[in-house]
Amino acid sequence: MRYAMIIDTLKCVGCSDCVVACQTENDVPIGYCRDWITETVNGSYPNLELELKSERCNHCDNAPCVRCCPTGASHVGVGGIVLVTANECIGCGACIESCPYDARFQHPDGYVDKCTFCHHRLEKGQLPACVSVCPTKCMYFGDLDDPNSEVSQLLKNRKHKTLAPEAGTKPHVFYLI
Amino acid sequence: MQEELFTSGRDIPNIDPSLQIWHWPISLYLFLGGIAAGILFFAALFYVLGKEKEYPAAVKFASIIPPIALSVGLLALVYDLTHKLYTWRLYTTFRIESPMSWGAWVLLIVTPLSFLWLFSYYAENYPKTEEKLQLLKKFKFLATFEQFLKTNRLYIAYALIPLTLVLGVYTGILLSAFNARPLWNNAILGPLFLTSGLSTGAAAIILMAKTKKEKHLFGKIDLGLIIIELALIVHMIMGYYAGSQVQLEAMQLLVGGDFTLMFFGFVVILGLIIPATLELIELIGYKVPVIVPAMLVILGGLIFRFVMVEAGQLTRFLY
Repeated sequence: MRYAMIIDTLKCVGCSDCVVACQTENDVPIGYCRDWITETVNGSYPNLELELKSERCNHCDNAPCVRCCPTGASHVGVGGIVLVTANECIGCGACIESCPYDARFQHPDGYVDKCTFCHHRLEKGQLPACVSVCPTKCMYFGDLDDPNSEVSQLLKNRKHKTLAPEAGTKPHVFYLI
Repeated sequence: MQEELFTSGRDIPNIDPSLQIWHWPISLYLFLGGIAAGILFFAALFYVLGKEKEYPAAVKFASIIPPIALSVGLLALVYDLTHKLYTWRLYTTFRIESPMSWGAWVLLIVTPLSFLWLFSYYAENYPKTEEKLQLLKKFKFLATFEQFLKTNRLYIAYALIPLTLVLGVYTGILLSAFNARPLWNNAILGPLFLTSGLSTGAAAIILMAKTKKEKHLFGKIDLGLIIIELALIVHMIMGYYAGSQVQLEAMQLLVGGDFTLMFFGFVVILGLIIPATLELIELIGYKVPVIVPAMLVILGGLIFRFVMVEAGQLTRFLY
């Protein structure tokens, strides 16, 4: 099993519902977040192109955060989800420095926190909170190892990209373009 | 004209400005670890070579610095952790891929060894303190222990040589292992930090040395190390020039950017070129107070750590 998330940048309106859903679901302290929206404008006037997308931990195959963790608190869980065990984390910040996506932060309680793909919801057969609330239904979640899953089919049929592929991390959040 | 306007929604007050999460304790530790590694390396090396009597500052007197430097450095490291009570977790595992894990274990061995090394010279170095405290006379086990250390000094020295080299390289590899910070992601950083650590160590020994012969020898060693360091810095800059876009952008911080004055002015010129010139002038035979180049080298080493830690965290792939 290999979990992946797909976000259709053509459908995303940047409403931040995913951000709020995540903060509520995961009790993310005020002033922090595990996912966020970016807005990119490209081109020269009047030919401008706007891209909105929701970003988060990319649950990389070659995760630098897991590699550099001195205690093994950062680890790869079921389905390739990168997780942090809070009571093994010493808060050294090495994983934060190692992440090209700046997806991690130091929780006020000391340990390092990040997106978990809502693995506690996945265990119950539910979708991650952000995916389940998206009002434009621009987010998809599923198993890449299953060739018939929605995510596999979307990646097969649609043009897509990942963030900073040159960082060599093999990210597993894909963006349809 | 291609215009790119990037308005990120990442305006997250507690995350975005604080992503620069490594502050002065890390820079200070990298400096202290380097100088301690340098001094202990020379102490062990000259002891193994049988030059204890000829070069007492290197082997004996300067050995007061590493235990203090390592203790302060370790306190700084723990101070920088945000989940301090879990620090012991470092020692429930060894992660071969994590430079920090290597560093934690090496420090766990080198720090006690530095104390043992100092203690083995306690009676010899500080006879007046011993007269006052009478530690060795009052506590029999301490005297026995000191005797044991004295007879086994050679083994400690053999252990210290590779361990201090690992410690010195580690201070650089800690940073260079991060692909996400293009300024750090440079294989030369390990040897560069090691050389800088050895050079600051040699400078500290010059400050502690009492004989002209010893000052002279370590002046020569320091000069050699500075030349190697300058060559490594040239290689580092060349590496950035030949690198990818992110590395080119990272390099601009050092060459023509916010850190140019700090890097070239304070580190390269004041911390390397001027002391090297002074040491050279001194070797030719002119009188130069050795404290000047030695202090410049030490200060340059300290500023170098601060520049690399601060500037590195400004360089990234996205945003």
